[in-house]
Formats: sequence, C-alpha cells, structure tokens
Amino acid sequence: MDTLACVKRVPDTGAKIVLTDDQRAIDTSNLGFTMSPHEECGLEEAVQIAQDTGGTATALTLGTAEADEQLRTALAMQADEAVLLETEEREWGPLDTATAIADYVRETDDEYDLLLFGTESADNGNYQVPIHVATQLGLPVVTAIKHIEVEDDTVVARREAGGGEEVYELETPAVVGVKEGLNEPRYPSMRSKMRARQQEVEQHHPEPGGRDRLEMVRLEAPEQDEGTAEILGEGPEATPRIVEILQEDLEVL
Amino acid sequence: MVLALVEHEAGVPEDSSLEMLTLARGVAEETDEPLTAVVVGAEAAGVADDLGTYGVETVYVVDHERLDDYAPVAWATSVDQLAADLDPDAVVAPGSTRGHEVLAHVAARREQSMAANCIEVTTGEEYELTRQRWGGTLLEEARLGGDTKLLTAAAHEVSAEPADSPTEPAVESFDPSLDEEAFEVRVTRHEASDVEGVPLGEARVVVGGGRGVGGPDGYDQLEELADLLGGAVGASRAAVNEGWRPHDDQVGQTGAKISPKLYVACGISGAVQHMVGCKGAENILAINTDPEAAIIQKARWAVVGDLHEVVPELNESIRSAN
Repeated sequence: MDTLACVKRVPDTGAKIVLTDDQRAIDTSNLGFTMSPHEECGLEEAVQIAQDTGGTATALTLGTAEADEQLRTALAMQADEAVLLETEEREWGPLDTATAIADYVRETDDEYDLLLFGTESADNGNYQVPIHVATQLGLPVVTAIKHIEVEDDTVVARREAGGGEEVYELETPAVVGVKEGLNEPRYPSMRSKMRARQQEVEQHHPEPGGRDRLEMVRLEAPEQDEGTAEILGEGPEATPRIVEILQEDLEVL
Repeated sequence: MVLALVEHEAGVPEDSSLEMLTLARGVAEETDEPLTAVVVGAEAAGVADDLGTYGVETVYVVDHERLDDYAPVAWATSVDQLAADLDPDAVVAPGSTRGHEVLAHVAARREQSMAANCIEVTTGEEYELTRQRWGGTLLEEARLGGDTKLLTAAAHEVSAEPADSPTEPAVESFDPSLDEEAFEVRVTRHEASDVEGVPLGEARVVVGGGRGVGGPDGYDQLEELADLLGGAVGASRAAVNEGWRPHDDQVGQTGAKISPKLYVACGISGAVQHMVGCKGAENILAINTDPEAAIIQKARWAVVGDLHEVVPELNESIRSAN
C-alpha cells in the first residue's frame, strides 16, 4: 500500500510562547521547531503500513524552505520519499493549503492508497484540511482516528466516542485524519539521520488561490486565572482538611 | 437567521451543544435574527423542549431512516441542504469531534473555510472572531468572510446560559436528498472500551500525575485515590513522554480536555500547555513540593508536600471516613 503522510512544521510544543511585537506571529528567535505531534503519528503509521504491506511512504509538507528540516526528520523516520510544496509565507489558510495538496496528488504519477493527516494542526487547529483534500479528490475521509488496521483494500479506523469506540471501514484510496496517541513515533537513529541528509526532496512551488476568507488579525495570550490558593498545610498534616473539603465543599465523598 | 447543529444523546442535548447555543444566540441577537437548530437521528424531536430553554425558535429534525447511525457526509449534506433552503447568516456547530467534522464537510462542499473553536463573535459584513489556537494556549483575533459564515464554538469555553425569555420551539421535519455515496463512510459498529472505570472526559473527579510521580509505579497510589473518589487518572505530557502512562490519559493541549468537579493535580508543575486541558475543572487541588509551582497559583486549594507522603495518608483517611 502506498501512503502519503502530510505533516506540518510547528514551533516546539511545550515551549514558553512569546509573541512578536506586532502580535501577528510567535517569536521563534529562541524557539526550536518540530513536526506537529498529530502528524508525526500519521507519518509513523504511514511508514508502518508501507513496511507491513510492501508499499511506500511519502512525507509531504506545505511550508517555507525551512520545513525541509521536518522532511529530513520524516526521511530519518524511514519515509521513502519527501515532497516540499514550498511557499513564501509561513501561514496559508486551510482551503489554500488543501487545494495545493489535492493538486499535487492529482498531478503526480504516484497513486496513493492512503493519505494521512493530523485531524488538526497543533498550531492553527483548523480541523478541515484533510476533509477539504478528500472532498476535492472525491475520496472517503474520516477524522479523529486513534487506531488504524489495513485489511486488503479496506482501512478499518477507530475513534473514541462516549467511553467506547466507533468503528469505520473505508475502501481505499482514502483519507484519514489521526490524533496523537495513535502510535508511538520512532526516534530516528543517528545513521538514519545521516542518510536522510543526503536524500533528495522533491520540490514544487504552488501559488495561493486566495480563497480563504479566514484572516488572522492578531494573536494574544489568554488571561490566566491567577487564583489565590488556600494552602491546606504541609505534607500529610493537610489530610484532615482535604477530607473535610471532599465531604463538605465538594460532596464527592 | 443563525442555524445551530445540536448534538444529542437519545434526545438529551450534549453539554457542548448547549454551550454552543449560548454563543450562537449571541450571534442571532446581534443580527436581530431568530436562532434555529438542526438535530439529526433517532429521538431528535425530543430535544425541542430543552432547546426552548436556550432561546431556539424552530427546531428542524432531519428525517431519514438511515441517519440514526452517524455518517459524516450524510449529516453534512443534510445541514448543507437545509442551510441552502434557509439561507442563514451563520451555521454554528459545537467544537466536538462530530461538530468539527460535519461543519468542515459543509465548508468543503461550499469551497470555503470555516473558523474552528470560536469563543467570541462580533457580527457584520465580515465577522470578527476570537478563536482558540494551540489548543487554547493562544487566542487569535480573526476576520471571517463569506455569505454564510461557518464556525464551531470551542468546548468548555462559553458557559451554557439559558435565554432570558424561553421559547416554545416550532418543530419542523426536514427530509434531505441523500444518495448512496453519502453513506460510504459511516459508523459500522460501536465497541465498548477495554479501559475499565470512568472515562477521563466524563469523570467527576480526575487525579492527575506529572513528572513528580517519578515513575509508572507511583501511579498506583493515584489509581487508588481515583477509585476511592469514583474518578479517573490523568497525566501530564511529561509523564506520557516518559512512558509512565498511555497517551489516552494525557490532559492538555494535544490530549484530553477535562471538566471535572475536582482535579487533584499531583506533582504537576502547571505549564500552560497542561492548564488548557484542565481549565474546565471547577476546582483544582494541587499537591506539590514546590510552593512556587505555577499550578499552586492556579489552584483553589494546595498542599505543599511530597505526593508520595500525602496521597497514601489521604487514601487511608478516606477509607476510614467511608
């Protein structure tokens, strides 16, 4: 099965976020970049499926030239090929992004059986790129997937719902949006990182269609609820007071 | 008119849908237009009374024998066709898995973009929005254009407030035109979770453990506390990255968003990425050795101490109290 994993370069998750002076971006001068965690799981799944079925895994990203770094990581994680849809601007809207990806898939000679995305990117959280891509290509799609099995030409995909799981069966070719936790992405070895540096990255230069009507004005940090915690005590001595709170204030005992 | 997609379980609206209706009602009031709801599936008509409490004037029940099971394209086609008939100013859905998915399909069918996870909306030719990014770590002020605006409301952000004047909604049936393709992707079966106990997202009490737990074995005490309180165990990203807990337990930016009555945060520093996962908690009790830890600033109650000493003693006291 030939797979395409679409990934995104995002600022390191977990880092302290500082905004630029104009509040239109995150100040990345002291920040590293990484692959968006949901998509990293999508890539890992693509590689595993390709290896299990004797197919190929291709990593694709849309972004500036710096996103080459995440494609090298993808190659080091055993993706067979990498594609950069290079843009001038760091941030494209969801419809333009999806259209560029769908155009690439339509025009390439490679035919992919399974296209994997993060359900939402960690930074923008737009929740729609995989669905726009699938709709433009006329493929079935399901999102928020935490487990995938491939059975011949069928993808069995599961997602959490109401304390259990919903099971979907999609005939390939198909699009699946995944969530972090789908699998445990591998750490690339030093040797595979060295090899990845030498591999070729296919480059394309899509133009934005300007059809997105969702325009960012500025970013801001939300106000923090700075409570004034009542200190119940130090160490186990606080226990009687905690029990009192559980019984009387919260009535959970 | 504002058209709101309401999710329900056997005729009882989901909390996230009631929150969304509160946001949608604000949009409707600002435009001086009625608030209308669309519900799909078996027992959908049963939600009408509840929706009147939230100011909905008309409830459209999507009437189709195959829509009892969820099928994203069939749901989206139904909403899209109804929206084409009604020509609303905006279509709003809850920021749930289905809400995002269905509205994204509507957006794709209309070749426009939707705005996900909105928390404030000001109407106009273009809407001015505040929406969550980075799972709520950052907010974005944005402008959204298009004839019919498509947006989802962030879950656990806007509290569900009944309308000042409740309504008695008219209930209308809507019969969409759906071909076989609309059911190509559908829920083929439901399976019970193999995880025992209360699901994290629904737990009334969550006992969370972070780096301070020190290893996978340390969670035994937390499991016991969660059991005694009828709750569930959660974990910070640090603990999940260490491999101490599965990702399903992760509370935070890329994990679960929880809204328990009580969150007991044990050995968790309180990084902003974790706090966006637990800010829906009504109360936080922090147990931490560091009195300067960020979590203590954000908690209602705090114990300065080692969780490995506090939690076993607490478990013993609760057992005695029971």
